[in-house]
Amino acid sequence: MSVLIYVDQADGQVKKASLEAASYGAEVASQLGVEANALVLGTPEVDLSSLGSQGIKKVFQVKQAELNQFDAQQQAAVIAEAVSKTGATIVVLSNNLTGKALGPRLSARLKAGLVAGAVGLPDTSAGFVVKKGVFSGKAFASIQVPTALKILALTPNAFAVKEGGGVAVVEELAVAVPAAKTKLISTNKIKGQIPLSEAELVISGGRGLKGPENWGMIEELAQLLGAATACSRAVADAHWRPHHEHVGQTGGSIAPNLYFAVGISGAIQHLAGVNRSKVIVVVNKDPEAPFFKAADYGIVGDAFEVMPKIIEAVKKLKAS
Amino acid sequence: MKILVCISKTPDTTAKIAFTDNNTKFVTEGVQWILNPYDEWYALVRAIELKEKDPSVTIHLINIGGADNDAIIRKALALGGDEAIRVNLESTDSFTIASQIAAIAKEGAYDLIFTGKETIDYNGSSIGGMVAELLDMPFVSLATKFELNGSVATLNREIEGGEETVEAPLPLVVSCQKGMAEQRIPNMKGIMGARTKPLKLVEPVAVDALTSIASFELPPAKAGVKLVPADQPEELVRLLHEEAKVI
Ligand SMILES: Cc1cc2nc3c(=O)[nH]c(=O)nc-3n(C[C@H](O)[C@H](O)[C@H](O)COP(=O)(O)OP(=O)(O)OC[C@H]3O[C@@H](n4cnc5c(N)ncnc54)[C@H](O)[C@@H]3O)c2cc1C
Ligand SMILES: Nc1ncnc2c1ncn2[C@@H]1O[C@H](COP(=O)(O)O)[C@@H](O)[C@H]1O
Repeated sequence: MSVLIYVDQADGQVKKASLEAASYGAEVASQLGVEANALVLGTPEVDLSSLGSQGIKKVFQVKQAELNQFDAQQQAAVIAEAVSKTGATIVVLSNNLTGKALGPRLSARLKAGLVAGAVGLPDTSAGFVVKKGVFSGKAFASIQVPTALKILALTPNAFAVKEGGGVAVVEELAVAVPAAKTKLISTNKIKGQIPLSEAELVISGGRGLKGPENWGMIEELAQLLGAATACSRAVADAHWRPHHEHVGQTGGSIAPNLYFAVGISGAIQHLAGVNRSKVIVVVNKDPEAPFFKAADYGIVGDAFEVMPKIIEAVKKLKAS
Repeated sequence: MKILVCISKTPDTTAKIAFTDNNTKFVTEGVQWILNPYDEWYALVRAIELKEKDPSVTIHLINIGGADNDAIIRKALALGGDEAIRVNLESTDSFTIASQIAAIAKEGAYDLIFTGKETIDYNGSSIGGMVAELLDMPFVSLATKFELNGSVATLNREIEGGEETVEAPLPLVVSCQKGMAEQRIPNMKGIMGARTKPLKLVEPVAVDALTSIASFELPPAKAGVKLVPADQPEELVRLLHEEAKVI
C-alpha cells in the first residue's frame, strides 16, 4: 500500500500545482500510515530528489523524452502500469489542466473512483470520503469512494506547498511507453506572466475601467505585487483583454489567496469563478454593486481616483 | 461523418443552491433547468458549423437522464441536431454516465464525440476523458478551436498560461469550451422541426458506480465586507498586509 503522486512538468520545471499535490499526497499517506511516492514522466531539468521537501520518499521516473509532450492517452497507460508496479492504492494528482485530462482516463482505465477537484483531506471515519467543490463554487459535496484504488485530483491552490522535509530517492522505472496518437504542433504561452491558474494573487478589471487603454493601473499593481491579471467576461467579449484572462462560470475558475476586483459588478456568473478566493477586495463606485456582498474588503469609490493611491501605498509598503 | 454530442441538463446559473434531507439532496423546487452552457454554446454549435460546411455530416445527441430531460433535448434538436438518444438513467456518478455514452458510441461508430468542458452543477470535467478511455480513443481536453482536414483534426487546447496546438486523428473525443463557437438562438423553423425529429429512448447498461455523493454543504457565510473610505486607500493596503496577510 502506498500513495503515488503524479508530478507534471512544463518547460522542464515541476508545476507549482504538482508541488501542492505532492504535499497533499504526503499528508494523505501519513494519515493512512503509508509511504508517499512520486511519479515523474519524462526528463524535467530539475533535481527531483528535492521533492523530498514536500514529504516524498521515492521518486519514480519514467525517463523517456517523448513523455515531455503531453498526450493524455499515452500518459494514462504509463501511469496505470506504474500504479500496478509500485503497488499504489491511492493516486494523487493536481486537478490542473493536465489533471483534468488524465484523472478521468485513469479512473475509467483502472475502475478507480475519482474525486475531481478535491479541496480537503480524506475523512476515513466512515468509508473514504473527500470533499470537492460543486455548483461552480457555490457548494461542496462529500464524495464517498468505495473502490479499492482511489484517485484524488486536488484543486489548484487549495493546499499549501510543504517545505522542509527530507531528500527523496530517485529511481528509474521501466514502463512500456505506447506511441502518442496526438502530435504537438506549437505552444503559445504568454511570456513573463504568471499563469492565472497558479497565481496566489490576482488583480482583475471589469467594464468599469471604460477601455483597454486604462489597464495600466491594473498591470502596474499586479507587477508590484507579483500578481496575475484577470478580467470579467464583458471585458474579454469586448476584446479589451485576451480571452484567457476571463474568469467566471464560462471562463477560468480560480482560488487565489487574494482576488482584487476593480470596476466589476460581481454578477453571479462572475462570482462562480472566483468565490473560492481566500480574500476578496472590491473597488467599485456603486455601493449597491453585488460584489460587495461577496467581498472581505472594499472601497466604494472611483477606480481612477482610488487605484493610483493604492499603487502609491503598495510602493511605500514594498520600500519599507 | 458522424458526430455524437453529449448534452446535459443543469440548473440555471442563477439558481438558488440549497439542500434538504439531511443535506443529501439538492432542492429542485423553483429551479429552472437549462441545457448546460458548454454543451450548447460550444460543443453543439461547433458540430452544427461542421455540418453546415459539409452536409454529409450527421449529428446525434445523447443525454443520460430521466424523462424530464426531454425539454432540453428538444431545445438542442431545435438548434440543429439530427436525432437524439436518451438513456433512461439518473446518476451522479461520472463513470456510470460515461459508460452509457461509451456503449452508445461504440454501437454508432462515431468519428467525433464532443462534450462540454464541464457540467456547471457537479463540475466533474470528467465524462469526456472517461468516454475516451473506455473507447480507447485520443482525447483533447478543454479545446478552444477545432478544424478538420480529412481524418485529421487540428485543435487548440488550454494549457497553464496559454494554449497549444495539437493534431489528432479521428475517431476522437473533444471537450469544448469558450472559443470553439459562438452562442446561437434557435429559430422558429428549428423549433418546429425539432418536434418531429427522432428522440430514441434506450435502457441503460449495467455498471458499478465508482463514487457516490455522501452529503452536500454550503460554504460558511462571509463575515461581511469591511469598507475602507475612498480617501484612505493606504488603510486598505495596511489591512491586506497586517490583518489578511495576503500581501
Ligand atoms: C450564462 C452566462 C454565463 C456568464 N459567464 C460569465 C463569466 O464567466 N464571467 C463573467 O465575468 N461574466 C459572465 N457572464 C456575464 C455576467 O452576467 C455580467 O454581465 C458580467 O460579469 C459583467 O461584467 P462587468 O462586471 O465587467 O461589467 P458591468 O456589469 O457593466 O459592471 C461594471 C461595474 O463597474 C462599476 N464602475 C463603473 N465605473 C466605475 C469607476 N469609474 N470606478 C469603479 N467602478 C466603476 C459599475 O458600478 C459596475 O458595477 C455570464 C452571463 C451569462 C448569462
Ligand atoms: N447526463 C449526461 N448526459 C449526457 N452527457 C453528459 C451528461 N453529464 C455530462 N455530460 C457531458 O459531459 C460533459 C462533462 O461533464 P462533467 O464531467 O459532469 O463535468 C458535459 O459538458 C456534457 O457534455
